[in-house]
Amino acid sequence: MDKKVITYTTQGCPHCIGLKEFLTEKGISFESIDVSSDPAKADEMVKKSGQMGVPVVDIDGEIIVGFDKDIISQRLGI
Amino acid sequence: MVYDLVVIGAGPAGITASIYAARKKMGLLVISKDIGGQTAWSGDIENYTGYQFITGPELTKRFKDHIATYGIQVNEGEDILTLKKDRAIISIRTDNALYQSRSVIIASGKMPKELGVEGEKEFKGKGVAYCATCDGPLFTKKQVAIIGGGNSALDAAIGLERIADKIYIINIEKALTADEVMQDAVKKSSKVTVLNESRIVSVKGNEFVQAIEIEQNNVKRDIAVEGVFVEIGLVPNSGFAEGVDKNSLNEIMVNCVCETNIAGIFAAGDVTNVPEKQIIVAAGEGAKAALSAFRYLINK
Repeated sequence: MDKKVITYTTQGCPHCIGLKEFLTEKGISFESIDVSSDPAKADEMVKKSGQMGVPVVDIDGEIIVGFDKDIISQRLGI
Repeated sequence: MVYDLVVIGAGPAGITASIYAARKKMGLLVISKDIGGQTAWSGDIENYTGYQFITGPELTKRFKDHIATYGIQVNEGEDILTLKKDRAIISIRTDNALYQSRSVIIASGKMPKELGVEGEKEFKGKGVAYCATCDGPLFTKKQVAIIGGGNSALDAAIGLERIADKIYIINIEKALTADEVMQDAVKKSSKVTVLNESRIVSVKGNEFVQAIEIEQNNVKRDIAVEGVFVEIGLVPNSGFAEGVDKNSLNEIMVNCVCETNIAGIFAAGDVTNVPEKQIIVAAGEGAKAALSAFRYLINK
């Protein structure tokens, strides 16, 4: 079964753009949350990840901070 | 395989060099940690000819689209470890592979300088940030400090002005050094307080940042902030270029045609001693470096 993937990003962040491009290229469907326009989701991201930097990826509840292709690929099994 | 030219870096200098080299049909490889370099991390750009206004990520996308039209091979995500010339061949070792080339353009740019104060490492990502355009929105309606007084610092201030409640600019110099236009924008804002001749001593907090300690006129005091944006300048990514002459700032020394002290090794953009670290200057230097490399190869 496909894993549930949520990205927490902002608009001006190069690694966020890179992350979303990467997931799209790999054909992974994901929920994209722009924390700049949603303070409640920004708080959710900070609570989940324990830090205040973007991007953050939630893969089936596992939190990855930053755009680390290797770790994300491994967790997604791609 | 031995390439004609390897370009190290894909910021404005490296990308422009690659476009010029591709148009000369040189056997070309670009190796870079990322695409766009510092441009990708810039906020609003209003001084790149032809664009009255463009954001850093948008300009980076244009760069990407431009090199894509030439089908240039870009090995992204690789770190350069060493660069050595033996007779006519230059070997470039990355964390992934070993490449060989007859010429090289070093356009590896610069990276943000860290503060080196107590608490900086501990609170990195927990209030201490190095990219205002990225992490700024996490500080909505909060008090923040920006460390620095140049263009990057004021670019951050202008971006954060729309988001934060209060902004302190902690500037070590007697006055701000950013462009007047940017200074005017900042001075207009009731949210911004500029503290000149002040330096940050430490970052304090619990789980997240709660305050910074600053020193001004020999007096130390705490300012309550939840965010600290570090914008105090950059250091060149030149450590791998052994044997290539550098100045006291570790910038690679080049002449007016982008030649280094080693024949066949050229350099362009912010990693060099060329004054004025601007996107447009870096792009121009990249063009010069590619044409110099082309001339070097045909004259050999």
